[in-house]
Amino acid sequence: MTERYVLAVDQGTTSTRSIVFDRAGRLVAVRQREHRQHFPRPGWVEHDPEEIWANTQLTAAQALRDVAGAPGQVVALGIANQRETTVVWDRVTGRPLVRALVWQDTRTGPLVEELAARPEAALVRERTGLELAGYFAGPRLRWVLDAVPGARARAERGELLFGTMESWLVWNLTGGTDGGVHVTDVTNASRTLLMDVRRCCWDPDLLDFFGVPAAMLPEIRPSVGVLGTASALPVPLPIGGALGDQQAALFGQTCFAPGEAKCTYGTGSFLLQNTGTALVRSRHGLISTVAYQLAGEPVHYALEGSIAVTGALVQWLRDSLGLIGSAAEVETLARTVSDNGGCYIVPAFSGLLAPHWAGRARGLVAGLTSYVTKGHLARAVLEATGWQTRDVVRAMDADSGLPMEALRVDGGMTTNNLLMQFLADVLGNPVVRPMVGETVSLGAAYAAGLAVGMWSDTGALRRNWHRSAQWVPDPGRVAALDAAYPEWERAVQLSIAWGERR
Amino acid sequence: MPGTVQSIERAATLLHAVVESGGQMGVTELAAAVGLPKTTTHGLLRTLLAVGFVEQDPRTGRYAIGAGLLGLGSHYLDANELRSRASNWADSLAARSGFAVRLGTPAGLRVVVVHHVFRPDDSPQELEVGSVLPAHATAVGKVLLAGRPALARALADAPLEALTPRTVVEPAALLAELQTARARGWAEQRGEYRLGVGGIAAPVHGPGGLVVGALGVSGPAEELFAEGARPAVRTMVVQAAAAVSRELGT
Repeated sequence: MTERYVLAVDQGTTSTRSIVFDRAGRLVAVRQREHRQHFPRPGWVEHDPEEIWANTQLTAAQALRDVAGAPGQVVALGIANQRETTVVWDRVTGRPLVRALVWQDTRTGPLVEELAARPEAALVRERTGLELAGYFAGPRLRWVLDAVPGARARAERGELLFGTMESWLVWNLTGGTDGGVHVTDVTNASRTLLMDVRRCCWDPDLLDFFGVPAAMLPEIRPSVGVLGTASALPVPLPIGGALGDQQAALFGQTCFAPGEAKCTYGTGSFLLQNTGTALVRSRHGLISTVAYQLAGEPVHYALEGSIAVTGALVQWLRDSLGLIGSAAEVETLARTVSDNGGCYIVPAFSGLLAPHWAGRARGLVAGLTSYVTKGHLARAVLEATGWQTRDVVRAMDADSGLPMEALRVDGGMTTNNLLMQFLADVLGNPVVRPMVGETVSLGAAYAAGLAVGMWSDTGALRRNWHRSAQWVPDPGRVAALDAAYPEWERAVQLSIAWGERR
Repeated sequence: MPGTVQSIERAATLLHAVVESGGQMGVTELAAAVGLPKTTTHGLLRTLLAVGFVEQDPRTGRYAIGAGLLGLGSHYLDANELRSRASNWADSLAARSGFAVRLGTPAGLRVVVVHHVFRPDDSPQELEVGSVLPAHATAVGKVLLAGRPALARALADAPLEALTPRTVVEPAALLAELQTARARGWAEQRGEYRLGVGGIAAPVHGPGGLVVGALGVSGPAEELFAEGARPAVRTMVVQAAAAVSRELGT
């Protein structure tokens, strides 16, 4: 039988990657291109959507060329994207109105505080399952409409279009100004604060609340299902699916059953647990989000715990303190000591996300004594990722009531053995890493391949999943870390209290 | 100066001269440059050549600084860094070959496992990162010894433990095997560490060209060395190790 392939585009925060997978879910070709990060003011982070579109075309064409010699054919394109990053563009010229406001951008802080003070604010949590926070796309869209003269009037006349990154890419891939399809996938739509999370449609009350004209919004579509034909590629391909990157990782990790959970460890970390077709409302500081939807099937939901700073803390140790030369060396430094020496680091660089949602919290190093060395600091840096995961897992256990038997992990930090063992010990659960570390792209590929029948069903995808490593909790360490957990919690409370005083 | 070793001083002087010559001097010019008899200089150069501290252009006979020396200080490679750079390629090697993958670094005459990817069949397996393997009885170990001639000779002087009836314990036989491994760029072992378990490994080179690690697969010998399977697996191993070397060079 001729081999068939799927092309996945992972439009991430720092780069755009085009990856080709075969039917066994193995990586066949990878092309990557970084894009520029614009920091026009403190707290502002922007990307140029046209640069990202150009990088998408370039890397996709390269990856397609890489497999051109292989006997077989690429049958579909799937997209995973950085979530909550907001693009507004002109329907007629196809040009972005302003640069994209990136998910890390904190400019909407004051706007969100103002909105939160209004009596209807309770509506937001009720309808969207999210916290009213500047982290999501809706307030960014509102900011653009306020900041650019004439934008709201033009949006009302249908001249301007809004979308998250996948929406922008699909529109361009399907022809742009020449008949481009203006759609968004339901997982991305669930991150805007504008969608009713139960009915999965734009909510008129929320649109009123945020002052967003309905005319500029994309049509909400399932994550798995053909969105259109990518005619802008050298080989026109059906776009078989799109997912926000963290949902794509959940899909790539084949967490299809309620209770199955994954955590992606990158700059920040994102733990998602499948809760099935029932929406679970968090009472413990998590958010309810759409996990995925197969065309013609009910929506699957997830509980999500977003942690803002994990790998970024290691980068800080490297770039700002200069204690290590590369991120991987943090393990070497941490192994020079056997414990944290009583030291805890709470990396609340720009507040804390789940489960605390304390935007004003600020980072701290607690427990310093003259005994503490840079080795202890390195340990505390790694442990911060483990402790924060425990905070989120504890909230998840309380909310979902679904037992988490093992945590599936992926992302750059999973090559850190010390951290992975610490995670197993601090959670008291096995930690498992899959054979394909590129779970985000894989999830997008799976979505697209399912849509065009390259895989028959999710069961076929499960059979592709294999363990590459597993860390098992050490009972003695589990007990010791249970005893130490209140120390961490106290440090977190101090970091929140420190922020409140400002 | 009590306690200095004359031959080391001479070797150091000679290395300086090799550097200053920019790789443009043969034994005669170098002997003149350091003021030593040609025979003495020749002996020193041959030893430096054997340990990889100098290289000789086979065409002109001129000497240049060797990869071993370049890799010695400036390119010290952190084991955790190595794992992080190798991870994607190791995963892919396991997925494609169907065997467990290990990445080893040298620790004297033994090998430390710095990365381990399970055999992709979801059978119960334990992570072996941090465990220590005997160099002479494993494919990754043989690759590392082949890349370090001085170590290989030290090993030949030490008693070689017979871990299975198949373990190569005859120094001369081992040295010959290492020479072959160096020449062809990969090594194998057939039930020499544990009966029935074989391995194939290839060298990972650091930025200076020094062998900094060995990447290998292991599994049931009858599968690994099955007629037809072996050349394909060997190619995968060699290519994956080369990919990691490229990753380190950038």
